[in-house]
Amino acid sequence: MDSLLNAQTVLSTLDATLRVSTPLILCAMAGLFSERSGIIDISLEGKMLSAAFASGALAAVTGSAWIALAGAIITSILLSLLHGFACITNRGDQVVSGLAINVLASGLTIVLGIAWFSQGGQTPALASEARFMPFELPLIESIAHIPFIGPFMQSVISGHNLLVYVALLAVPLTWWIVYKTRFGLQLRAVGENPLAVDTAGISVSQLRYKSVMIAGILCGIAGTYLAIAQNAAFAREMTAGQGYIALAAMIFGKWRPVPALLACLMFGFLDAVSIRLQGVALPGIGEVPVQLIQALPYVLTVVLLAGFIGKAVAPKAIGVPFVKER
Amino acid sequence: MKLTTRLIRNLLAGSAALALTTAANAADIEPAVVFDMGGKFDKSFNQGVYDGVEQFKKETGLSYREFEVTNEAQREQALRRMAQRGANPVLGIGFAQAPALEKVAKEFPDTNFAIIDMVVDLPNVRSIVFKEHEGSFLVGAMAALASESGKVGFVGGMDIPLIRRFACGYEQGAKHINADAEVIQNMTGTTPAAWNDPGRGGELTKSQFERGVDVVYAAAGGTGVGVYQAAKDAGKLAIGVDSNQNYIQPGTMLTSMLKRVDVAAYNVFMDAKNDSFTPGIQVLGLAEEGVGWSLDEHNESLVSDEMKAKVEELTSMIKSGEITVHDYMSDNDCKVAG
Repeated sequence: MDSLLNAQTVLSTLDATLRVSTPLILCAMAGLFSERSGIIDISLEGKMLSAAFASGALAAVTGSAWIALAGAIITSILLSLLHGFACITNRGDQVVSGLAINVLASGLTIVLGIAWFSQGGQTPALASEARFMPFELPLIESIAHIPFIGPFMQSVISGHNLLVYVALLAVPLTWWIVYKTRFGLQLRAVGENPLAVDTAGISVSQLRYKSVMIAGILCGIAGTYLAIAQNAAFAREMTAGQGYIALAAMIFGKWRPVPALLACLMFGFLDAVSIRLQGVALPGIGEVPVQLIQALPYVLTVVLLAGFIGKAVAPKAIGVPFVKER
Repeated sequence: MKLTTRLIRNLLAGSAALALTTAANAADIEPAVVFDMGGKFDKSFNQGVYDGVEQFKKETGLSYREFEVTNEAQREQALRRMAQRGANPVLGIGFAQAPALEKVAKEFPDTNFAIIDMVVDLPNVRSIVFKEHEGSFLVGAMAALASESGKVGFVGGMDIPLIRRFACGYEQGAKHINADAEVIQNMTGTTPAAWNDPGRGGELTKSQFERGVDVVYAAAGGTGVGVYQAAKDAGKLAIGVDSNQNYIQPGTMLTSMLKRVDVAAYNVFMDAKNDSFTPGIQVLGLAEEGVGWSLDEHNESLVSDEMKAKVEELTSMIKSGEITVHDYMSDNDCKVAG
């Protein structure tokens, strides 16, 4: 029991929560932009995977984390545009298009990886210089002596890589853009009632293209985080369904930035806890089987979804292609 | 690699003369290998097999058919296609191919099959299994010798009895050196995806380091890469598995537990070529040089002479039967005698 609940364990679990939540947060914000504009985006997974591959490959070839980040964002935006072309310009089915992108990414990353690097779909392991490495926040030493806040800041908030902070900043930024800017107002309107937006003389397709491109940027950062910040190489299928979890978290958060952030943190926390509970004897229960611990996040998700969250209402025009004139 | 070559040469010194005389008569065989889900370049188990069959190809000039399984349903199909196309022998890699191989081997009684890591009891199948617990015992002992905190870690891939056997041998080795040693064990998952999840492997490793572990042993296929990376980032030591993985993170890899799948795969093909393929069960342990530990230029600075002497002493004690390493799979339980 001591080892389970002492301050150090709690802090390190929270620390790990941030690490595993980062790609979820970025993808959830990406999904939020896209879906608020009326475009269902289940291709978060595929975009993140492609971006992870692009950044892993570019970092291995150029040795620069920044070039890798730029390449990953461009790759992800291109896929967003493909999604947009299919379902904004050509009014295709948004779920089908998203799924197609996921399948494309899953296959193409492996094929290209084998063709270019002959390591079974992995990219070569990277040196520290080609990655985003953790760093300590400035001035963190000076507040370390403050009880509670000091250690919390030092071991949980500080000591991550740059992209973790980018993810955390993406949330207030998203909130500000969606709720406080002219673009945000139009974005929300176009997801609810595109006809009204069109009547006001604003281009529906342009707005929707803009928002899927923003989603592309955020997924690109998420993929980069996976490949060259959290890990040191791309591995095949390394997103492992996190894009779908992010989508679920966003729906959990009712298409709002802050609740979506909390949902992502909850998923991340459950994951971190499940890692730490393995092989630990719980008081009164004894050692819990691995399988049970690993099912825990899913069980809790179902319980929370069914019992506590209430009805999630999607943007009204979501999934419906906009037809200007009949 | 040099070590591998030398070992293969030694093993085959006896049959080499025979091979020379019969090589001219033996019809050119068409061997085939079906890799499992980790992939041919997993830097671990499958790659060991790849090294072995490549060695065969280089020495004989005979090419082989190959297939990399990417989902469970492909195993049986791949094995059957190989047999249908006249490949002989057909080598299946990994415990998970056993049910598929058993089925296909029955359909093609005239084709020779071989499987590594599992027993398929049929008249045309050679089953090769390893005493991983013996090799793991040695690296467990090394981990305990190298550890300053007295806590050593284990990260397994998929939670199956075979991996528990690694863990159990490792724990026994560590406790043999230091009876108070604490061994923290984690499994990556319960599905085959656990063989290829470096991100989760890294997270598990970090959580072990936070609990005081300073040497971690990974028996997790492609997931291990994440474990070694986490060890390097934290400046702690890691132990590789199956192939010699010391080169992956030079300087923080204490050693690798070698499982000579390369030799086993090579022998299957070579025996078939020499018309001396024998079905049945082969159990390769320390005494048969089937398992061991690696020492090369990447880790020689980490292994002290004292450590080396101790491990060699333990090796001969296991070989002579003075120490018996308990096999988890014999009773699905890990009893560790101090």
